Amino acid sequence: MRSIKIHCKKSLNDFCKKILLSIFTVVSVSQSTFAAEGDDPLLSMVVMDKFEVLNNNEKTRVWEGSAWFGYDINKLYIYTAGEATADGLESSQNELVYSRAIAPFWDAQIGLAYDKNADASKTWAEVAIAGLAPYYFETRAALLINGDGNVGLRVDAEYEALITQKLILTPSLEADFYTKDDAKLEIGSGLSSVEAGLRLRYEFVREFAPYIGVTWGRTFGNTRNYNAINETNFLVGLRFWF
Amino acid sequence: MQRRTFVKGLAASSLLALGTTTVAQARSRTMPISNKDTLTGKEFFLTIDYTTVNITGDTAVATTVNGQISGPTLVWQEGDTVTLHVTNKLKKSSSIHWHGIILPPAMDGVPGISFNGIPSGETFTYRFKVRQHGTYWYHSHSGFQEQTGVYGAIVIKPKRKEPFRYNKDYVVQLSDWSDEKPTTIYKKLKQMSDYYNFSQRTIGTFIDEVKEKGFSKAFNDRKMWNQMRMNDGDISDITGYTYTHLMNGQNPSTQFKALFKKGQKIRLRLVNSAAMTFFDVRIPGLKMTVVAADGNHIKPVKVDELRIGVAETYDVIVQPKRNKAYAIFAQSIERSGYAMGSLTPSSTLLARPPKMDPIPKLTMVDMGMDMGAMGKKGGTGMKCSSGMAMPSKKSMKKYKWAAMDAQKYPITKLPMARGVQTTMMAMSPKYRLDDPGVGLRHNGRKVLTYADLKNRYSTKRDRKPDREIVLHLTGNMERYMWSINGIKYADSKPLQFHYGERLRITFINDTMMNHPMHLHGMWSDLETGDDNRLVRKHTVIVQPGSKISYRVTVDAKGSWAYHCHLLYHMGGMFRKVVVS
Repeated sequence: MRSIKIHCKKSLNDFCKKILLSIFTVVSVSQSTFAAEGDDPLLSMVVMDKFEVLNNNEKTRVWEGSAWFGYDINKLYIYTAGEATADGLESSQNELVYSRAIAPFWDAQIGLAYDKNADASKTWAEVAIAGLAPYYFETRAALLINGDGNVGLRVDAEYEALITQKLILTPSLEADFYTKDDAKLEIGSGLSSVEAGLRLRYEFVREFAPYIGVTWGRTFGNTRNYNAINETNFLVGLRFWF
Repeated sequence: MQRRTFVKGLAASSLLALGTTTVAQARSRTMPISNKDTLTGKEFFLTIDYTTVNITGDTAVATTVNGQISGPTLVWQEGDTVTLHVTNKLKKSSSIHWHGIILPPAMDGVPGISFNGIPSGETFTYRFKVRQHGTYWYHSHSGFQEQTGVYGAIVIKPKRKEPFRYNKDYVVQLSDWSDEKPTTIYKKLKQMSDYYNFSQRTIGTFIDEVKEKGFSKAFNDRKMWNQMRMNDGDISDITGYTYTHLMNGQNPSTQFKALFKKGQKIRLRLVNSAAMTFFDVRIPGLKMTVVAADGNHIKPVKVDELRIGVAETYDVIVQPKRNKAYAIFAQSIERSGYAMGSLTPSSTLLARPPKMDPIPKLTMVDMGMDMGAMGKKGGTGMKCSSGMAMPSKKSMKKYKWAAMDAQKYPITKLPMARGVQTTMMAMSPKYRLDDPGVGLRHNGRKVLTYADLKNRYSTKRDRKPDREIVLHLTGNMERYMWSINGIKYADSKPLQFHYGERLRITFINDTMMNHPMHLHGMWSDLETGDDNRLVRKHTVIVQPGSKISYRVTVDAKGSWAYHCHLLYHMGGMFRKVVVS
């Protein structure tokens, strides 16, 4: 186990170096001097999609966000999501991926995922596809592979329904699957967990939108044996980006 | 948006009343031909510098020519050799491009193509012979400086008497201004391409649609757009949310004023110097007689309204019959704001703005779909059942443009890519010269279309084209990327034009936006239905989902720019043309 971890760390380093190198290559190649401002400047974006407190006994704090920097075609993405209570971190899922636009609406991604809960952590190699499906469903599917032979699939989709130009209702659905049990991380094989949400936000400006909502989460199979969840919670939160 | 514009304007005018001198308001451009904002002669001194302005009620730093927005109107005489000393006091490289002027390539002012730009602190001297007359304009071709104020009008007096008469002559220069930095705007568009669009479909508008055309039709309609991940409210990338629309540098509250005496004929030289805004211009109560397009005389045509694309110019003559103030009303194509001035017998008498037209929606015609096949079930080539709002009976009628379609010239194939750069392809693009365009169809007014444009002089003797090239205007609205033939400028090879040839260029617009395409150095002789009356233009609007053709006499050796004139599209939707 230890050797795997060390190996992972080493490969993580190599991977990061490679990504940075490729990005710098892209920077230098795409520099062009012409009439208009460079059409493809180096940009970044930080989006905190969910930053909320649940109305349960633990007053669970939930976050989910992403950050990218890069160009039209090539970007480096960080995804992070998790839950914490007054006692500290419950669980988190974090990803660092190189993302490349491969189709008009779709990005292919490759990188590493790092899961952590109060007692354990796990690093995965990851490939994912992210983009906008027909009918404007914001979608992401990630395939995770760990040295212990466990393979995970995490799928999430989100839709934005405009009630007015500024009042936006967002249903979302997320499901996780695994091929093996991992007692420490409290994940079981098969369908592990499902979470559905409905959030209503008001965009005072595009970048700043408080919201209210409700989520329903449930664990299944062996995950349920480790950590039985079947609960519905109301929530308040803030969505912001810059 | 309307209210916001008003409030902003109000703030600005109260500042004016307090005596605060700001660039935008300190000037009145009632008499451009004799005004100090007008420079006349053979030698000109222009300085590009930073200027603090107050256009919206807040101060902002503009880049200006001789300290003013718009820059001074330059009056030249056809046949003269003009000398223009342009000093750049910005911290960055700058340039001036003389838009629509036929001149040697080294004088064209496009950094990286004509010359290296004017470095900070230096002066560049342009000198060329003026071989044309009419209404043109100039602007910076560096970075986003055009958005922040580096533009002005050019009036070239003709050698020979013009074939129409007028008593007064005014430049009406339209533009758009934002207190936001252009780089910030561009960043926001890349982060979220519909950032400035607040006229999207909502549940509320869906209910209205259901009331209007029934549930299944409304549902199918929306289903189709959503399935394609396209937004039928996507008319302009940047709107009145951030823009204040200007007329000769005045906002709708401070108002540009053009004075007249009852019965006089007034020539208005309309110039669209906006970075991104198409304007629909009318003067309620008056017919406008259009006498020139892009500086060139056309057969006069009387209209109530005209759409002026970015970088186009039109000369119109109006004759007010009553002693009242008329609104020169230029609403933005997506109806989020307007520029406005008064045509008035007295500078204290101002016109009231008319109501803006409803917010337009794109139709399947604007997607370049075959409306003939739409009727037949499943014959669309797109995965959609039916139920789209039919555009109009007029455009359903047999196109009289079959003759233009039938023209066959040897086609030179160009590299083409269909990848990340393109989200849409016009399945069945049509010549739509008699289509006034989205938002102007069947509005009860006589609206100018390209089909109305006929050269004042015969073009019978013009050569027939030797060959043809086809350029697809492509883009990915979701990622805010723009290109030609699916290849952006940075990845493209120059287009090769052969010196001495007559070239036909056909554009196919594979996007949902109007693109004003501007060829430098040579005229674009637009086919508008009569080969004997090809109209000379420098900038040609290619409507969404449509095609359009023009002919170019390749008579200017050297390197030239060829691009979409929407400033935030230009980086990608651009080609270098090499004539050899």
